[in-house]
Amino acid sequence: MHPAEYYQRDRRIHPPALTPDYKTSVARSPRLALISLQGSVSETTGPVFGHGDLNPIDNDLIKNYAKDGDPVGERIIVHGRVLDENARPVPNTLVEIWQANAGGRYRHKKDTYLAPIDPNFGGCGRTITDADGHYFFRTVKPGAYPWRNWVNNWRPAHIHVSVFGHAFCQRLITQLYFEGDPLIPHCPIVQTIPDPDAIDRLTAKLDLNATVPLDSIAYRFDIVLRGRRSTMFENRMEGN
Amino acid sequence: MVVDARNNAPHYLRESASQTAGPYVHIGLAPGAAGFKIFDNELGWDIAGPNAKGQRIRVEGCVIDGTGSPVKDVLIEVWQANADGTYVRHEEGGARVEEGFRGWGRVITDFETGEWGFDTIKPGKVNARAKMASGVAGKVRDTHPDWQGRADENHAPMAPHLNLWIVARGINIGLNTRMYFDDEAEANATDPVLNLIEWENRRATLIAKHSGDRDGMPVYRFDIRLQGDNETVFFDV
Repeated sequence: MHPAEYYQRDRRIHPPALTPDYKTSVARSPRLALISLQGSVSETTGPVFGHGDLNPIDNDLIKNYAKDGDPVGERIIVHGRVLDENARPVPNTLVEIWQANAGGRYRHKKDTYLAPIDPNFGGCGRTITDADGHYFFRTVKPGAYPWRNWVNNWRPAHIHVSVFGHAFCQRLITQLYFEGDPLIPHCPIVQTIPDPDAIDRLTAKLDLNATVPLDSIAYRFDIVLRGRRSTMFENRMEGN
Repeated sequence: MVVDARNNAPHYLRESASQTAGPYVHIGLAPGAAGFKIFDNELGWDIAGPNAKGQRIRVEGCVIDGTGSPVKDVLIEVWQANADGTYVRHEEGGARVEEGFRGWGRVITDFETGEWGFDTIKPGKVNARAKMASGVAGKVRDTHPDWQGRADENHAPMAPHLNLWIVARGINIGLNTRMYFDDEAEANATDPVLNLIEWENRRATLIAKHSGDRDGMPVYRFDIRLQGDNETVFFDV
């Protein structure tokens, strides 16, 4: 039995390393070309996480740092599936998120924005996808926040998302944006992505069917990781 | 694979686009470092576990940007085999590695100095792909070694290495690289991935230096240069 092989990453979907409007990328981008490496077992395997690594409350940001009440803000559910490029679910994979609070302030010693910390909100969560690749989080919708890029740059509301997949070469960190946010087209980080359709796929859609009436609004966000390739011409006639 | 009903052609989804991990990556992936406790079990601090076979080592370094300055908000993930050269894996009924050996970890840099470091064990040799090892295109098939594949004339081993993945503010898509060991010169000389790098002088950017011992463990120094002079080799994996 061989580990799966993976489709080549289409780098035209992703932001290039050097994107001068996002200023920090200028000194932090390699100048030389990447060396293409056909996947060996070092790239086509990846870490395994189990439910023993997590607490059941870890995906509930309304409760996982609550001290004397719930956090302030728009209560939302973020849910979706982790799929590969073949539209197959990616089960049992770790999904981690982090975000600012409703006012756009991060609970991080380096964040000095004047909007206040919420004493009942930590801003991070994690979960493991189920057998169908499904995940969900409960949280509050993050606020926009200013950052020192151009003088008047504001990040759209966003949630950072980290996904593992089953191979180290599937490892991905991205950001979730919210449907209809007028800051999206103005953001130099969003606009590092050359393909408008790829930006649209990072935009979570309002999902009224998953909304809990009188409780929480839901957004749907599917995450697509690299697909596994069948190698039927070798000694794996079974394909995937 | 989904089939498009209109023309019966295969229809693939497209990978989600990467975005930078940003300045506050620690909140999500290392909240203790961000200054608060939230999870009972913060992941990534113990790569090898107490039962791991092999030589315990310390790896240290710094990530340096194009101005020569240390990057103080980087997060690095490590993926490695155990001392036998075996990886933990998802398929095939669980791992054939020691209990508690995870093979994966993550570290962040010191916010003041930019220095990072982790303890692990030195990995064993792992088998490469056949064609990369032999260089005989068309004669030897380019096969992927199986999980427990043994080295033979078609499957030369890769020298011991750690796979590293680097994310930070200003890095739009995680950077993959490898760390090799300077005291494995013989194995490095025939490593198929190092030999894939056409520019011989660039191979040295992937080789960590044994810089003495501490607490009975060899310490390896591995600085990563994102840009400019001696820019580290990064891979499209």
